[in-house]
Amino acid sequence: MSFDLASLRAEFPILRERPGGRPIHYLDNAATAQMPQIAIDAVSRHEATSRGNIFRGIHRLAEMATEAYQKARADVARYCGVADPDEIVFTGGTTGGINLIAHSLGDGFAPGDEILVSELEHHSNIVPWQLLGERRGTVLRWLPVTDEGRLDLAALDRSVTGRTKLIALTHASNVTGAVTDIARVAKAARRVGAQVLLDGAQMAPHGPLDLPALGIDYYVFSGHKVYGPNGIGVLWSRRERLKALPPFLGGGHMIRRVTKERSTWAEIPHRFEAGTMPIAQAVGLGAALRWATGLDWEAAVTHMQRLTQRLLDGIGAVRGSRVVGPQGLQQRIGVVSFMLPGLHPHDVCQVLDGHGVALRGGHHCCQPLMDRFGIVGATRASVAPYSDDADVDAFLAGLDAVQRRLS
Amino acid sequence: MSEDLYHAQLVALARAADGAGRLDAPALFGEADNPLCGDRVRMTLRLDGDRIAALAHETRGCLLCEAAAAAIARHAAGARPRDLLALGAGLRQWLNGDRPLPEPGWAELAAFAPVKSVRGRHDCVLLPFDALRTALASR
Repeated sequence: MSFDLASLRAEFPILRERPGGRPIHYLDNAATAQMPQIAIDAVSRHEATSRGNIFRGIHRLAEMATEAYQKARADVARYCGVADPDEIVFTGGTTGGINLIAHSLGDGFAPGDEILVSELEHHSNIVPWQLLGERRGTVLRWLPVTDEGRLDLAALDRSVTGRTKLIALTHASNVTGAVTDIARVAKAARRVGAQVLLDGAQMAPHGPLDLPALGIDYYVFSGHKVYGPNGIGVLWSRRERLKALPPFLGGGHMIRRVTKERSTWAEIPHRFEAGTMPIAQAVGLGAALRWATGLDWEAAVTHMQRLTQRLLDGIGAVRGSRVVGPQGLQQRIGVVSFMLPGLHPHDVCQVLDGHGVALRGGHHCCQPLMDRFGIVGATRASVAPYSDDADVDAFLAGLDAVQRRLS
Repeated sequence: MSEDLYHAQLVALARAADGAGRLDAPALFGEADNPLCGDRVRMTLRLDGDRIAALAHETRGCLLCEAAAAAIARHAAGARPRDLLALGAGLRQWLNGDRPLPEPGWAELAAFAPVKSVRGRHDCVLLPFDALRTALASR
């Protein structure tokens, strides 16, 4: 393991690009992280040398594709600290994973059963539960957020009731960067026999996981945020939990036997992988997480925290600015959202784009959180292990420019 | 390119905030949301026969959106609704590069020329026109 920033950056070909003649200062990692060459090559090599459909083909290419797909599952399991690769279900992404649980688990809920979410959630962890409520009459309850942008866990005990069937929360916020205290959530869930789903879209990119140790039931994340391709994601649950769930989507591969009258289901994880899955994307995800598993994350996190502190300090130095999230580094990832006085996030992003800085502005698919803070949106900078001081320098210079130009 | 968007005339138009506010009832009301960013324009207007007598807008949006709303407010009084709607439709086509700047138009519209090359921001300019169309449709 090693953490040599220059070498690390050299592994990401996009960082050598100069669109518009400017270097790329990519600080939109919370939206999509970049892919290392090794993962790009894995996708390309698979398509060029091993492309075939998986599991049912009786020919060499089909066998190679199947082997690559299953190896990817094992690589994902290793990154997640999961001993049994069959507990890894490939999905289309975080949204796909949550919708799978909302159907396969949620459709078994009764009218009046409660799902607890929080004001921090991304729309992908809100809307599926609202849709479930329309189908099944379940009730959505909300855990509040503190002024610092953290879950208000003091409200947990009164928010979890005897009717709570599922607590569905973010592991780390895509707006405030706050990391959830999972142990307290898991304890509250156990008290009433509820299950816990974590949206790991933002946490998973920040280092290998130990999912079985979290004391939760379901974990979902997206490939494109963990240095892999888009169109692929992960759902993890324990074998017995998955085996107890009916399928979500029906189709090819997910069956044991189909008759005119009824069908029976394949074993896990195949029961949840209907139709031809995004095979090359799974292979790319496996390669990306194999790469990520080998990174020195202690050094990477220290590096990202230093950059995050620079972002916080630079934003804080702007008169009238407001950070939407914790001011410090404790229990937070390198996702920094902020408001500049009198400036709209899209205008800030647009001007900084002119400086080669890629940010994200808007409601970040978190409109209830925006309502909680009384804002339309925020500008967000987010770091990855390959981010460097030049990225932060360009960001801070852009902040000066946008104020000079538009304030 | 990005900074070209925010030239002095456009910034001044947005900051002028012509027509910012809300007309007392009775007035026609329409609103439009941009689901991508959460921006919202609420427009109130009164008609006098086949002409707009007064118009006001509450714009929660970016600088481009504010500038477009201000341009509408600057020229609305005395204009015929169908002419404003045609102008909005023409502006959309002009931004897409499908036709020249609408004629007869407003001098302010040329200020949006740099937006043409930034397709993701076209809706920012058009949101106030969407709110206007909704308000007029409520007749």
